[in-house]
Amino acid sequence: MLRELRSSVLFTLVSMILLGGVYQGIVWAIGRVAFPEQAAGSLIRDRRGWVVGSQLIAQPFSRPEYFHPRPSAVDFNAAATGGSNYGPSNPEHLAAVRERLSRLAAANQVPVSQVPAEMVTASGAGLDPHIPPAGADIQVARVASARRVSVDRVRDLVQTHTEPPTLGFLGRPRVNVLELNLALDAVLGGASSTTPPHESRR
Amino acid sequence: MITDSLAVAFIVVFAIATSLPIGRYIFCVFSDRRTWLDPVLMPVERLVLRAIGVDASAQQDWKAYSRSLLVSNVVMWLATFLIVSVQHALPLNPDGVANMEPTLAFNTISSFTTNTNLQHYSGETGLSYLSQMIVVGFLQFVTAATGVAAGIAVMRGLASHRLSTLGNFYVDLTRATFRVFLPLALLVSIVVMSQGTPMTFEGAARVTTLEGQEQTIARGVTAAVVSIKQLGTNGGGYFGPNSAHPYENPTPLSNLVETWAILVMPMAMVWTLGHMVGRGRFALVIFATMLAIYVPMVVAGVTFEARGNPALEAMGVNQATGSLEGKEVRFGAALSALWAVSTTVTSNGSVNAMHDSLTPLGGLLSMVGMWLNNVFGGVGVGFINMLIFVVVGVFIAGMMIGRTPELLGKKVEGREMKLASLALLWHPLAILAGAAVACYVWATTADPAMSLGWLKNPGPHGFSEMLYEFTSAAANNGSGFEGLGDNTPFWNISTGVVMLLSRYIPIIAPLALAGSLAAKPAARETAGSLPADSATFGFTLWAVILILGLLMFMPAAVLGPISEHLALQ
Repeated sequence: MLRELRSSVLFTLVSMILLGGVYQGIVWAIGRVAFPEQAAGSLIRDRRGWVVGSQLIAQPFSRPEYFHPRPSAVDFNAAATGGSNYGPSNPEHLAAVRERLSRLAAANQVPVSQVPAEMVTASGAGLDPHIPPAGADIQVARVASARRVSVDRVRDLVQTHTEPPTLGFLGRPRVNVLELNLALDAVLGGASSTTPPHESRR
Repeated sequence: MITDSLAVAFIVVFAIATSLPIGRYIFCVFSDRRTWLDPVLMPVERLVLRAIGVDASAQQDWKAYSRSLLVSNVVMWLATFLIVSVQHALPLNPDGVANMEPTLAFNTISSFTTNTNLQHYSGETGLSYLSQMIVVGFLQFVTAATGVAAGIAVMRGLASHRLSTLGNFYVDLTRATFRVFLPLALLVSIVVMSQGTPMTFEGAARVTTLEGQEQTIARGVTAAVVSIKQLGTNGGGYFGPNSAHPYENPTPLSNLVETWAILVMPMAMVWTLGHMVGRGRFALVIFATMLAIYVPMVVAGVTFEARGNPALEAMGVNQATGSLEGKEVRFGAALSALWAVSTTVTSNGSVNAMHDSLTPLGGLLSMVGMWLNNVFGGVGVGFINMLIFVVVGVFIAGMMIGRTPELLGKKVEGREMKLASLALLWHPLAILAGAAVACYVWATTADPAMSLGWLKNPGPHGFSEMLYEFTSAAANNGSGFEGLGDNTPFWNISTGVVMLLSRYIPIIAPLALAGSLAAKPAARETAGSLPADSATFGFTLWAVILILGLLMFMPAAVLGPISEHLALQ
C-alpha cells in the first residue's frame, strides 16, 4: 500500500509539472511565435495604437450612427460572460423578445417580419461579435441617415464586411459589427472625432 | 439548410474516417507495437515511469488494477482540492481570484477528477491561471487517461483466455496521458490558437469602446485547456459559456476541429477494441449500432433547432435561420444542434450554445444522450458502458433461443450478470432519485423561488433544469441547463457525491466482470450460439439499448421537456 501511495503521489507531481507546466509552456511559446495577435486576444488598435476592442468580442453600441450588435444577457460584460438561459416557454423571455422586436422595428422603421431572430435573441456568451447580413440590412437606412451619407455607400461597406460560410459550407454568413463600425468611422468619418481618447494597458 | 446539412455530414464523416487510424494507433501504444511517434514520445514515457518507480512488466489482476486506479485518483483529488482552496495566495493569479469555498471546491474537484467537468463556478472569476493550468489542465489529461486505461484493461479481459491479469494501471495511465492525449492536444491547441483562442499570461485586457465605455475582456491560458477539454471528453470550459465564448471557439473552422475532437477519441476506442480482441467485425457491429442511434439523434436535433420556437413564430419573428436564443451567429442552429447531441452522447459536456435555451425536444435529445451514455460515450468508459449492454443483450438473446449465453466464446453466467446489472441500474437510480429529492426539497420549502432561488424558468422547464443537473452528474457529462442556480451547498454536495459514485461504480464493476471473463476458457462457437459479430446481434443490441436504456426515463421526460413541447404548440 505504501508503494502504491508513493507511485500515485509521484505520478501526480510529475504529471502536474509536465502537463500543467511544460505542455502549457510549449503551447504558449508556439502562440508567441506563430500567432502573436491571436494568442493575445485578437485586439484591435486604432491609428494611434490604442486598443479599441477585440475582433472577437462584441461591444455595446447604442448610437444611431453605428450598427448595433445582438442583445446580450450580460450587458456585454466580457469579464463575466453568459447567456440568458431562458427556456423557450419562459414568459420573461417572450416579453423580452416582444419588447426588442417592437423597439427594433420602430428604430429602423422596418416591418416586424424583416427583423431576423438573431437580433431579438441573446447570444450564448453575451459577446457574439457578429450579426447576420439580414440584421445589418435593417440598420443600413438608419445608419446612413444618422451619418448623412447615401444608403448605397453604407450598403457597400456592409457587403465588403460580410463573411461567407468558411470553405463555402461551414457556419453562417455573418458581419463583424465592431469591424464594420470601425470601417464606417474610417471611410465615412464622423463619429470618431466625438469619441474620448482611448486608454489601454498596453 | 443544404449547406448546413452538408457541414453536419462532413464533420461526422470526417470524425469517423480519422477515428480508424487513431484507433489503430491506440492499439499499438497499448500492445507494445512500434508507432511513428515513438522517437519523440517513448523517452517521455520512460522518464515518467522511471520517476514514479513502477516496474513496467509487473502485471495486475482486476483487484490490484482497480486499487491502483482508486488510490491514484484519491491522491489527485486531495492535491487539487488543496490547490484551489489556497489559490489566492499562490502565484499566477493576475486577476486576483479568491480561494474556493469548501462545498464548491468539493464539487469542482470531484467534478474534474471524475472526468465530469460540471462547473458550479465561472472560469473568469472562479479559478486563477495557476489553477486552470495545474488543476484543470492536469486533471483533464489524467482523468481521460484513467478512462482509457480502464477501457483497455476491460478489452484485455475480453481478449485473454485463462488469464488472471489485466495489465499494469500505471503503465496504461502513463501511455494514455503522454502518448495518446498529449500529441493530439498539442495539435488541436495550435489550430484553435490560429483561429483566435488566446494563450497569454497577461490578465484581462482593459479597453475603451468606440462609444467611450470601459470594457474589461478576460483572457488567459485558454488554448492549451480547450484542446484537452474536447479530446478527453472532459468538457470543462475556460470561460463560463464554454465553447459558445468567442475566445474558446472563434470561427466555424475552430468549431469543426472542436466538434471533431469531441467525437474522435470515443469513436477510435471502438476500433481499438476490434484490434485488441482480434475481431474487426465485432467492433464494426458495435460501431454501427452506436451510429444507428447517433445519426437519427443528430438529424432530429438539427430539425428541431432549425424549426425555431413556436412562441416566437406566433409573435411574427422571422426565424428563417432557426431558434437562436443562446446560440452564436457564426455557428447557426445546425452546428449548435450537432454539437449538443455529440457532446451529450459522448459524455463530453462542453457546449457551443446554451442548452437551457434549446427547443424542448432539442433539450430532451441532450438528456437522452446522457441517459444512454454509451453511444460512443466517454473515452474508455463509453465502451465499458456499452459492454454492459452487450452482456445484457447476449443474455437476453441467449434466453430467447434457449442456450447458455456466450460472449466471444465465453460463457456469461450469474456473476457476470450481477455485475452488469449493478452498473446498469446505478445510472437511472442516481438520476431519478436525485431529481426526486431535489423536487421534494423544492416542494416542501416555503416560497422556494425566493428562499432557494434555484430555478430560472417556471413550469415543466424548471423541472427539466433539476432533472438535467442530476443526469449530467450521473453521466459524468458536465453540461448543464445553466439557468439552475447550482452553486449552493445542496447542489454542490449532492451532485458531487453522485459524480463520484457514478464514476467509480461503473468502472470497478466492469473491471471485475472483465477479470472474471478473462479467467474463463474460450469455448468453440457452434451453430447454436449467437455470434456477437453478426448483424442480428447488432439489431438485438440496438433494441436492448433503447428499451432498457430509455424506458425508465419516460415518465420524467413526459413531466419535463415533452410537457413543455406540447404546451408550446
